[in-house]
Amino acid sequence: MESIQADLITVLPELTVLSMAMFILLADLFLKPSNRVLVYVLAQMTLFVAAYFTISTHVPTVGYAFTGMFVDDPLADVLKLMIVLGTAMMFVYTRQYMQLRGMFRGEYYALVLFSVLGMMVMVSGQSMLTIYMGLELLSLCLYSLVALDRDNAKSSEAAMKYFVLGALASGMLLYGMSMIYGMTGSLNIAEIGNVLQESNTKNPVLILGLVFIVAGLAFKFGAVPFQMWVPDVYQGAPTSITMLIGSVPKLAAFAIAIRLLAQGLYPLTADWQDMLLMMAVLSIAIGNLTAIAQTNLKRMLAYSTISHVGFLLFGLMSGSLNGYASSMFYISAYVLMTLAGFGMILMLSRKGFEAENLDDLKGLNQRSPWAAFLMLITMFSMAGVPPTIGFYAKFTVLQAALQAGFLWAVVFAVLMAAVGAFYYLRIVKLMYFDAPQENAMISAPADMKLVLSVNAIALLALGLMPQTLMQICGVAIGASLQ
Amino acid sequence: MLHNHVLSVAIWLPILAGIIVLLLGSDKKADFTRWLALAGSLAAFFATLPLYTKYNFSQGAFQFQEIAQWIPAFNVNYHLGVDGIAVPLILLTSFTTVIVVIAAWEVITKNIAQYMAAFLIMSGLMIGVFSALDALLYYVFWEAMLIPMFLVIGIWGGENRVYATVKFFLYTLLGSLLMLVAFIYLYHQTGSFAILDYYKLPLPLNAQVLIFLAFFMAFAVKIPMWPVHTWLPDAHVEAPTGGSVVLAAIMLKLGGYSFLRFAMPIAPDAAHYLSGFMISLSLIAIVYIALVALVQKDMKKLIAYSSISHMGFVTLGFFIFSQLGLEGAIVQMISHGFISAAMFLCVGVLYDRMHSRQIADYGGVVNTMPMFAAFAVLFAMANSGLPGTSGFVGEFMVILAAVKFNFWVAFLAATTLIFGAAYTLWMVKRVFYGEVANKHVAELKDLNRREFLILAILAVMVIGLGVYPKLITDFTHVSAAQWLSHMAVSKLPIAGL
Repeated sequence: MESIQADLITVLPELTVLSMAMFILLADLFLKPSNRVLVYVLAQMTLFVAAYFTISTHVPTVGYAFTGMFVDDPLADVLKLMIVLGTAMMFVYTRQYMQLRGMFRGEYYALVLFSVLGMMVMVSGQSMLTIYMGLELLSLCLYSLVALDRDNAKSSEAAMKYFVLGALASGMLLYGMSMIYGMTGSLNIAEIGNVLQESNTKNPVLILGLVFIVAGLAFKFGAVPFQMWVPDVYQGAPTSITMLIGSVPKLAAFAIAIRLLAQGLYPLTADWQDMLLMMAVLSIAIGNLTAIAQTNLKRMLAYSTISHVGFLLFGLMSGSLNGYASSMFYISAYVLMTLAGFGMILMLSRKGFEAENLDDLKGLNQRSPWAAFLMLITMFSMAGVPPTIGFYAKFTVLQAALQAGFLWAVVFAVLMAAVGAFYYLRIVKLMYFDAPQENAMISAPADMKLVLSVNAIALLALGLMPQTLMQICGVAIGASLQ
Repeated sequence: MLHNHVLSVAIWLPILAGIIVLLLGSDKKADFTRWLALAGSLAAFFATLPLYTKYNFSQGAFQFQEIAQWIPAFNVNYHLGVDGIAVPLILLTSFTTVIVVIAAWEVITKNIAQYMAAFLIMSGLMIGVFSALDALLYYVFWEAMLIPMFLVIGIWGGENRVYATVKFFLYTLLGSLLMLVAFIYLYHQTGSFAILDYYKLPLPLNAQVLIFLAFFMAFAVKIPMWPVHTWLPDAHVEAPTGGSVVLAAIMLKLGGYSFLRFAMPIAPDAAHYLSGFMISLSLIAIVYIALVALVQKDMKKLIAYSSISHMGFVTLGFFIFSQLGLEGAIVQMISHGFISAAMFLCVGVLYDRMHSRQIADYGGVVNTMPMFAAFAVLFAMANSGLPGTSGFVGEFMVILAAVKFNFWVAFLAATTLIFGAAYTLWMVKRVFYGEVANKHVAELKDLNRREFLILAILAVMVIGLGVYPKLITDFTHVSAAQWLSHMAVSKLPIAGL
């Protein structure tokens, strides 16, 4: 009985999100459309309570719950906090957008909360089963969120594509897991590591299982050659959902990559290093080169995501604590940048108008210098130009990869980063050097303007003072992976 | 308190002033914005003066040092300090910013606050580059500086500005990213980003050559050296006058300075090993680019090519490794800062009136603008290296040093005295002398008081340094000697170990 109680306290943040998501789903039935803003308030409160519980139950050591299926370590706590706060920011950015498009409904908030729950479970998964469960919960919510705008053919198409390919990837991941289970006789991550360390790691079934797992992970990240879904889903989904897909789930994907590869399959490091190296180099090349040709802003950001994933993999493939910490720093910076970038698209959209083409940014500096300045910081940060956080993100992963001896891959990556700078510069060019096409006022609620400003300024502030976030990532990784 | 933070104040005061201008200024309060920017740039200039008054001339080590932890995770420190090579360049930077602000007074009428703020912030960042003693700190300043310049050329530039500014940005970015890889490599070798640690690090020759080439990519683009110079004429032609002035007077010097601070002392053996290559590139710049300048039809393009040719002297002075050559190169950098700034301002004066930079559109300007013509001829003479002007001193020192090094190198370098005079004076002849070419020239008005002021200040500097170059060599003497003694010691690991 006592152990159940301890278990439940460990999962307090998850329980909060779960119960509130169900409550919101029910409560929405009894609310008049005019009172629907209550749902929004409830959802935000849920996230803050979950954040509070994550912080208050935080201990700097590793703890287990539910007979070792669930782990509560500093890595999980930090990532959960980022997921919850990132989602809260997303809710602020998307409220007006959803209201104006008739999608401001209870199921939006319930589905997002369920997907947050899925991410939290993934982050804390210590058994392959837990990880898979969390992943499926997240994925199913995302599939339906993409199709939230029911009557939009593009959205439906994107959802269908996402679902079919996503299900395939989940299948691959599960298949890989089953092979690893067959070879080690355990689903527990730590135990798998122990068993593998004493057995022959050249076993072909083991390698095959690894290949399937890496492929499944690559799909969830959107790394080349499993990137086909990314541009279509980014473009087809309502911008608010694109923002969700592009941001916080990458934190959860990072977590399961750490759990599976660095904690479970670390005896096979040499094998997955090679796979990640290929994917990283290809992602950076294809992401950056293809982004140049895009005219749709959301599609361009999709390819930019692919290249960011490539850089993230540079940290992971280093196979060292330094590398994992740098990857974590990268992904945190990436989430902040993505939220700011899509936040700006949402702010420029209005009723009946989607600001999703590059040309919609023309002359923004004349329409609103402040908005243009925020977007300027975001773009330079994505391009990795100091003094923004995006520079330190690239710097940390590249130094980790160089330490691991990948000199020529690093040289290639910096050359591609210079190529990538071109399309971010083009956005700055459109905003600052071109004349505006229209003069519509930018109407955004005050809270959105405030949070967006803080978000973009944070990219600059964290660039001037990157130490704290680096330290958080370093400590979290160091304490969780002994 | 502030006494020990001269460099921090010199860096952050103009940046702060820029932010204030950005926040308070606007096109509606144009005059207020201008005065605010002028006050900020003057304050920033006076903030750098203690570097002159309090500098210890007998000491070669880094002075005014400040050090504070910045990113302990990577052992990165906020470490500033200057030697006799950096101080004149910092003074030049803060001085040029004042000139640029005054030069923009009535010329810039759109987004005044952003224009002024861009130059103020850029000035702080450039001083940061000259005074950083930590590689990552240096890199941050170096790259951040690109952002305001990118905007300056792109927003206030000429017709083809987008092409020029994107080219400028990408060229520089590509070069500096390779430098970043070199820094990371050095970090893993020493466990720190302190430049002074890098100086002591022994490295095998192949590693030194790779590091040197990585730095070369970054700095050769910036200086610029042939054949990676092609961004410069484009950027100069399209940039507004202020942008051209800062580009020519300071940004090019960043590349030269960085060779002295990074590429050469960190990889001295590679620098000696590749010196023939570097001298060849310098000579190509001096001779070939001078010939290219001769055929230009656009005045700004002509001065841009002339800048590349003059910077060839700077790199030549570096790579013959002698006290005279090195000091000559530094004098040349400072002198070129004043002369090129003055030349671009002169073109700006004409462009504001005629909206043309084509030499063919002018002729006989001396008849309508006698005062202006006097200044312009003085600066043109200085540009072609007339004794008595600052342009002569640096070139002469470098040529003297080159004669001792190798007669034919000196011979080729000395041809600049002919070619430089040829392209500059020929342009002067076509623009200023002869009959009044057309009715637009006939309607030209001579300098106003503001223009007279800035050109007069620059004329004083050009002649002053020409007559009394000791102002600069006082700074450089000890530091240059120390630099050369560092370069003379091989950093190769001892053979057989």
